[in-house]
Amino acid sequence: MGMTIAEKILARAAGVARIVPGEIADVEVDTCVLTDMNFLPASWRHILKMRDPAKVVVVLDHLVPANEPLSAAAHTAARAFVERFGIKRFHDVGREQGISHVVVADNAYALPGTVMVNPDSHTCGGGAFNCAARGVGLPETICAVTTGRSWFKVGETVRYEFDGKLKPGVTAKDVFLTIAGTHGAHVNQNVEFGGPGLANLSLNARRTMAIMGTELSAEFVIFEPDEPMLDYVRARSTQPFEATLPDPDATYKDRRRVDLGAIEPLVALPDSIVQNSVPVAQVEGEHIDQAFIGSCANGTLDDFAIAAKVVAGRRVAPGVRLIVTPGSQAIWREALKAGYVATLAEAGAVVTNATCGACVGGHMGVLGPNEVCITASTRNFKGRMGDPSARIYMASPATVAASALAGKIASAAEFFAGDLQ
Amino acid sequence: MITARLWKFGNDINTDLMLPGSVMAKPEADQARAVFAANRPGWIDEMKRGDAIVAGRNFGMGSNRPASRSLRNIGVGFLLAESINGLFFRNSVNFGFLALECPGCSTAFEEGDTAQLDLDRWTVHNSRNGMSLKLQPIPDRLLTLMRGGGLYPVLEAGGYIAPRGNNPPL
Repeated sequence: MGMTIAEKILARAAGVARIVPGEIADVEVDTCVLTDMNFLPASWRHILKMRDPAKVVVVLDHLVPANEPLSAAAHTAARAFVERFGIKRFHDVGREQGISHVVVADNAYALPGTVMVNPDSHTCGGGAFNCAARGVGLPETICAVTTGRSWFKVGETVRYEFDGKLKPGVTAKDVFLTIAGTHGAHVNQNVEFGGPGLANLSLNARRTMAIMGTELSAEFVIFEPDEPMLDYVRARSTQPFEATLPDPDATYKDRRRVDLGAIEPLVALPDSIVQNSVPVAQVEGEHIDQAFIGSCANGTLDDFAIAAKVVAGRRVAPGVRLIVTPGSQAIWREALKAGYVATLAEAGAVVTNATCGACVGGHMGVLGPNEVCITASTRNFKGRMGDPSARIYMASPATVAASALAGKIASAAEFFAGDLQ
Repeated sequence: MITARLWKFGNDINTDLMLPGSVMAKPEADQARAVFAANRPGWIDEMKRGDAIVAGRNFGMGSNRPASRSLRNIGVGFLLAESINGLFFRNSVNFGFLALECPGCSTAFEEGDTAQLDLDRWTVHNSRNGMSLKLQPIPDRLLTLMRGGGLYPVLEAGGYIAPRGNNPPL
């Protein structure tokens, strides 16, 4: 019997011919990523020796620029660490900075067929590039940095086969909300995305979906490679890699067809993201205080484009804050050149620098008691974005932007009514 | 055999609930005080060291924050859940917190029940209703880390990281 993409990459990294669900794969790790959060005094452990500094990437992302002395101290510690070990791939506050999962995508550090670890849970975003990437927590990442090795419990794989094309105004976020609403959590399972409809999903859409795989509690979330993705990687990296397709006779836990053309905009209700999606109409009219578009999931240029299209020539409703945060400073500059930043700012949006910021309740958009937010980011958990009494709805950037204009949860359909499919 | 009184939680308990973002940068003691503050305020004062948690599906979904460390620090003896998020499981291994998947546990146990855990036989027994359930076995090497203080002592012993307290001044 053949292997799925995740099984093939893990088998190769483990140096074995074959690996099956239930086994533990002991692997050589290709890339280790650390972020500013890891260098907080409450967390960091002083590393004495490192396997290979060329395999390490350090990105300041959660609290950038520093919002208080503790995060500033973490940034200082990260700079000293990078200096001490001669780490070249360091993304400090400034031109090359961004959210770590976005930086590894922007710079093609997440290479097809390789294994990447990062403490942070949204690391599986690297799967958009056919990379077996996984959040593993700080102790495991320190182990990988120092020894070069890690382990993975090999899970069964669920394959999603895409067909067709999304309707105008329907986004990757709605695809995720559909899968999360229908199938719930994928604990101990890998998710594999492929099929003919893949050609109709931009790389940015795939990045959003791979990141959101974390919220399915999936192990690895991996897309099949195709030429547009491989061209993107080749244009940004000279490193060797091995794009990995599943074997034709791979064994799956389940195969599920997704008709992209049938997907409708959805909203996840507050506090939980699995089996919690409803059509926009069901919550239309709910008052909001804040609308947020950002994070590693929705800070892409596609998200800027769709938000700008919705708010162009209009104004954010009085009493509502629309906050837009790019995934990286590189995306910020692209959004500036494309005119999206001007359009958003003219409508009354606050466009911030790249950081995890409001998504993690860190800074630049923290919610107060009893406030209501609609967000296109990674999580709607209780207390996630600030006070535990705040309520967080999750939706696509189109729905979030339309809601910001209306001052209440609203459908974005009217802004795309004239678009050709 | 490990015996513990159980506290019951539902499905999809996420790590933000166990370790809120507001205390992420704070010392471990402050983080421990915040466990379940949003969804079950006051629980931290009701539970006693050695008590255990029984929960539904997808326990520990979400962020990589060291929620397992907080559960260990407040003295939770072990966790039984229908299923456990992979990252939470790994952090439980690495921070030395006993986290076990046990299909059926969320219906076999009620709050206040006493669970008897037998890790030689991989079973758990409910002394109130007499039910016994099978646990999903954990490979020896991972169980050794879980029950032996986690990964950091191993990395210290190997000379890879400095002992705690030996972080250089910032």
